[in-house]
Amino acid sequence: MASESTNTTGTQSKGNGRVIAYVLIALAAVLFGLAYADGYGKLAIAPMDQFKVKPLFGGDTIAWYTPTNVTFWLGMSILSIFALMVMGTRGRAVIPSRGQSMAELAYGFVRKMVEDVAGKDALPYFPFIFTAFLFILSANFLGLIPSSFTTTSHFAVTVVLALTVFISVTVLGFVKNGTAFLSLFWVSSAPLVLRPVLAVIELISYFVRPVSHSVRLAGAMMAGHAVLKVFAGFAGAMGLGGIVPVFGVVAIYGLEVLVSAIQAYVFTILTCVYLKDALHPHH
Amino acid sequence: MADTATQGASGGMPQLDPSSFPNQIFWLVIALVAIYFILSRIALPRIAAVLAERQGALTNDLAAAEELKQRAVEAEAAYNKALADARSEAAKIADETRAAIQADLDKAIARADDEISAKAAESEARIAEIRAGAVRSIEEVAADVAGDIVAAVAPGQKVDAKVLSAAVAARVKG
Repeated sequence: MASESTNTTGTQSKGNGRVIAYVLIALAAVLFGLAYADGYGKLAIAPMDQFKVKPLFGGDTIAWYTPTNVTFWLGMSILSIFALMVMGTRGRAVIPSRGQSMAELAYGFVRKMVEDVAGKDALPYFPFIFTAFLFILSANFLGLIPSSFTTTSHFAVTVVLALTVFISVTVLGFVKNGTAFLSLFWVSSAPLVLRPVLAVIELISYFVRPVSHSVRLAGAMMAGHAVLKVFAGFAGAMGLGGIVPVFGVVAIYGLEVLVSAIQAYVFTILTCVYLKDALHPHH
Repeated sequence: MADTATQGASGGMPQLDPSSFPNQIFWLVIALVAIYFILSRIALPRIAAVLAERQGALTNDLAAAEELKQRAVEAEAAYNKALADARSEAAKIADETRAAIQADLDKAIARADDEISAKAAESEARIAEIRAGAVRSIEEVAADVAGDIVAAVAPGQKVDAKVLSAAVAARVKG
């Protein structure tokens, strides 16, 4: 009905029709939630429960080899990357299909980033950086599926990623430049008196890199998902009035989609910056 | 409610629970290695090949377009040259024709001039003849008239015709 009226009465009623449709969808979501919520009328919010690591096939103990929900969603990441980058490009067309365009876009985006930020001699490390980018991007996006698990919201995951980058970049710096790599900390453009002070500051900031690198990603993902869960909990507790938090959830969800992409981008570009420092340590 | 409270108290942030770290790290490393091999063995070479092929096709097409453009320029130059040649040829032919016509015309005019002068000379000769004839006739008539006048004035006086005509001729010329 709404769409029929749009053709005859113009944009004003089109906007109204859309708003009405959104309100109806939100109401349906609230009523659906009410039908299943056992905590109706109580403020039962456990925003951190979604981050729990649970064994996939029952049981309580989590050994290092136990398949868990982490395993499942990591597998989903692999599958989605495989679908995009391998199945999407199976046509090998000169004029690409939609899937191939997306794969080429991601390839060109990261490759250009590596080339622009870290220079042409960083291109041999492009597959590693692309791996990190696609993994974080897919994990972030998959984590936005309701009731899924966000692997990148765990410090265990992001710290491994950041430490891998930190250690390999540092080793690469020494292998490529020898002890000249230490000139990264010796700011030769500063006055001689200031240089030892700056060296200490540079050294500290260098070792803080993996911390900020990992905490930024996990923190952004965790905070966003927790806020979503809190708003959803409000919606469950407020009965019919829960329609208001549902709009909040929709808005924050949109923001989270943005954050997911931006965090993957930030992690990747920082990796490129660190790689640049390792390849060209001179200021 | 109580359940939630106890969970919150016991669990806190699952991110800080070290008991799940080995598990997460193990599966993460497997996933990263898998993604790396999928990308570096299959996806990246394939995309690089496709991009190179596209770049090659673009370069070839651009080169072909450049060649065609070059050929068009050459064709235009040839056309212009042919046009200029034809124009100069036409001018040459026109000049030759004009010269030939001029020569014919000059010849005809010269012949006409000759004929005209010949006719004029002939006419002049005839006019002179006629004038001479007229003078002679006048002299004859004058001699006759003079003879008659002499006969009338002095009858019986015999006048020699030769003398008379000589006198008349002298008078007419005088």
